[in-house]
Amino acid sequence: MTEIRDRIVQIIAEQAMLDPAELKPEMSPQDIGIDSMGLVESIFAIEEEFDISIPFNANDPENSDFDISSLGAIISAVEKLVAAKV
Amino acid sequence: MNAKKAKPGKLPKPERKTEKVTGKVKNATKMARAMLGRVIMGRHANGMRRVAITGMGTVNALGRDVPATMEAMREGRCGIGPLEFRDVERLAIRIGGQVRDWDAEQYFNRQQIVLYDKFTQFTLLAAREAVEQSGLVFEGELGLRSGVVLGTAAGGMNTWDENYRTVYEEGKNRVHPFVVPRLMNNAAASHLSLEYGLMGPSFTVATACASSNHAMGMAFNMVRSGAASVMLTGGSEAMLCFGGVKAWEGLRVMSKDACRPFSATRNGMVQGEGAGVFVFEDWEHAVARGADILAEVVGFSMCADAQDIVMPSAIGAERAITGAMLDAHLRPEEIGYINAHGTGTAANDKTECAAVAHAFGHHADRLMISSTKSMHGHLIGGTGAVELLACIMALREGVIAPTIGYEEPDPECALDVVPNEAREAKVGAVLSNAFAFGGLNAVIALRKA
Repeated sequence: MTEIRDRIVQIIAEQAMLDPAELKPEMSPQDIGIDSMGLVESIFAIEEEFDISIPFNANDPENSDFDISSLGAIISAVEKLVAAKV
Repeated sequence: MNAKKAKPGKLPKPERKTEKVTGKVKNATKMARAMLGRVIMGRHANGMRRVAITGMGTVNALGRDVPATMEAMREGRCGIGPLEFRDVERLAIRIGGQVRDWDAEQYFNRQQIVLYDKFTQFTLLAAREAVEQSGLVFEGELGLRSGVVLGTAAGGMNTWDENYRTVYEEGKNRVHPFVVPRLMNNAAASHLSLEYGLMGPSFTVATACASSNHAMGMAFNMVRSGAASVMLTGGSEAMLCFGGVKAWEGLRVMSKDACRPFSATRNGMVQGEGAGVFVFEDWEHAVARGADILAEVVGFSMCADAQDIVMPSAIGAERAITGAMLDAHLRPEEIGYINAHGTGTAANDKTECAAVAHAFGHHADRLMISSTKSMHGHLIGGTGAVELLACIMALREGVIAPTIGYEEPDPECALDVVPNEAREAKVGAVLSNAFAFGGLNAVIALRKA
């Protein structure tokens, strides 16, 4: 599972142009400096990386079935989707 | 046929001084401003011509002609439903305002179909209705003085899609010789020129969701300036194919269930397809031949946000709205209805409502604003053309098309959005908004003829 975490952190850090070490699980996308379009791009990159489909609607990100409130929430949601795939 | 009364347009407040337009006025700027608003017969006092709409035609999810479309708008009927085309099961978004059971052979012969992508087919059918209604025959001098300017965002998308399949998926190395003339964005405009012998200014504009409004604005200015006597104008889109919808899916702004503009429960846009074509004609020319004038085009404004490639700007939208009213010499309180851009996305609807509230002040609470995209979907480059029908219906029949699918008020969209049911109301002047991706805004103003 740590491997999934690292890969997600890598993707988000790249999008935010930050060092992965600067990202903390409690940070929200805003804290990291990712706007709505950056979020759409990050989610696309995560889907490609793990070959999963993320239920995310840019119209209402807070109420999507996919929790994007923090980096930690994103990681655990992706872990669940990856686990469900097997 | 209301040619008898040439109403003088009104000037915006700051310039409305008490002095009459007489020889006594010395200030040239004041004089020019005052003259702009005056209308003598079919011309403005500054020599600009008035512009009449003398024909209209359409094909869209609500109907294959204007009467069927207006009837659906009056009834608040939804034309959005499950999409039907190859590979639809591979899409996450499977609804749209599709023109159902479209059979090109019903309208065109095989040689024509080889050259006509679906967006051209829709355009030709809409133009047939519009030109027939106008009663115009483009012979001799009139053909030389008439042109066509249309909007489309993607042009022959179905042709691209089908032929990419052929070469990439099926691995074939040969495509039909007419792939290029079929897919080019100007194909529809050129075929209208060929069909009716229009030899004046003719071209296509592509400004995403504002394409049709930009096209109609160009046509308006060309007739107004005297560069052309008649312009066929409007726009068309046929993006409902696997590749077209898949591309939009990527943005994650599409709704999976319905288009609910201005409702707190809205969750995105729904695509549509089809065309709208109008005949814009020199007012004097229309009156001289006794044409039935459907409405008068009185103003147009366009501008760019210069802010963001996808996020809309309330300031840009407001500038376009205000600009159209100034160009038309209409005061805000003269506008009774606005056909909104109203895509049903979180971002557009609240930005558009803020722009309208700011542009109209107190009058924003009195005017009606609806989004007919809730019924026919978002026709992207063709959308402004189909939406102009709702504007003409408001002026001519006194019926305001509703915003259907409206479930719950959104405090950020606190305007009279004519929820769910059409309304009878007399309006003298209307606006139609279009705010495109890329931050390009285009607003057109019409007045009752």
